[in-house]
Amino acid sequence: MINKVVSGADEAIHDLKDGQTLMLGGFGLCGIPENCINALVKKGIKDLTCISNNAGVDDFGIGLLLKQRQVKKMISSYVGENAEFERQLLSAELEVELIPQGTLATRCLAAGYGMPAIFTPAGVGTEVAEGKETRTFNGKEYLMEYAFEADFALVKAWKGDTAGNLIYKATARNFNPVMATAGKVTIAEVEILVEAGELDPDQIHTPGVYVHRIFQGKSYEKRIEQRTVRSQNP
Amino acid sequence: MLDKNGIAKRIAKELKDGFYVNLGIGIPTLVANYIPKGINVVLQSENGLLGMGPFPFEGEEDPDLINAGKQTITTLPGSSIFDSALSFGMIRSQKIDLTILGAMEVSEHGDIANWKIPGKMVKGMGGAMDLVASAKNIIVAMQHVNKAGESKLLQKCTLPLTGVNCIKKVVTELAVLDILPEGGFQLLERAPGVSVEYIKQATAGRLIAPEDTPEMQLD
Repeated sequence: MINKVVSGADEAIHDLKDGQTLMLGGFGLCGIPENCINALVKKGIKDLTCISNNAGVDDFGIGLLLKQRQVKKMISSYVGENAEFERQLLSAELEVELIPQGTLATRCLAAGYGMPAIFTPAGVGTEVAEGKETRTFNGKEYLMEYAFEADFALVKAWKGDTAGNLIYKATARNFNPVMATAGKVTIAEVEILVEAGELDPDQIHTPGVYVHRIFQGKSYEKRIEQRTVRSQNP
Repeated sequence: MLDKNGIAKRIAKELKDGFYVNLGIGIPTLVANYIPKGINVVLQSENGLLGMGPFPFEGEEDPDLINAGKQTITTLPGSSIFDSALSFGMIRSQKIDLTILGAMEVSEHGDIANWKIPGKMVKGMGGAMDLVASAKNIIVAMQHVNKAGESKLLQKCTLPLTGVNCIKKVVTELAVLDILPEGGFQLLERAPGVSVEYIKQATAGRLIAPEDTPEMQLD
């Protein structure tokens, strides 16, 4: 079997270059590839196009890449939590393409399923539809949206094995499985890496065929964006 | 006149047993606090969860378990977790019975604007455009007038649209209104102590307002 296991984030991203397009899994700060992001910051590559639902916060997640001015363009559905992002956007240092969240997920899915485009009603009649081809099916209008093309997909899973099979935990799953299917090169970082055979084939979320490189992340901060609790019942 | 909790309480009366429901951020989130007794609904969080439970007890927060507002939450017996594509798949294929979301403006033709104010920092539409384009049943929870006293129920939206011809019901601090298929707001209920005349003054779009419109029953 081809060895997919790499020593860590630095080796995993060694051939990632300036100007490339990346997918980064996660929703808010939940399920983001923390170790890969830190390695990208250290490596200092620039002019990246990042496809990710959100853009991190000022001092964590994709916010770290923004701070170092490594991102040329963000493709996201919601970017509200980041002051540096706002500054770069308003000063036109950063290009931003906002797209509906379902469209974002499904354009990843289409790439992983080998389909060049999808039809979705999201955005019909709004500025999202400007310049896009539409089709009418059963009397309802749909926009044609293309499958994404990404040089690398950086995803985070809970457990993985040496064959690249992945299992996610709770809502840290989010965009990770569809992005894992969509990268020309998919890099998976996991909390726990085990030998092939140790995971139950029935429980695999992402089959290893989609994963090119895998490593166990050195550490996970797993920062909580909105810590909300209820009081203990008396 | 209702406060935010009053709006949420009135909307909660629209819930039916067995509904799968998506609640937006803001007033819609409060609806979960007023689910009537004997009614069981399953809450969807579009980041990939059906069966959203209450906030965790202190010390039991799980950073891997959040809702679409990025708040720590819990699951319930019968919950399921899935990826973002499937989450919007069940929205697009109308498996979700009811969507409740906020709005900045709604038009008499059911258009909604809730994501962008020109000249201000645009945060993005998140899942709102997907939800309004596909949901079969959408209730908008909103303020009837803005802080300057101007109506937000208009003939035509002035802000960039989130979706067209998709809203069928609006609940505000003043009233419950249906949006008619041919266009226009049909007044169904008045908030406690609010007159039909007051609602007419606060509604810029075409309003059909019978003089004998009943007052809301909240309990």
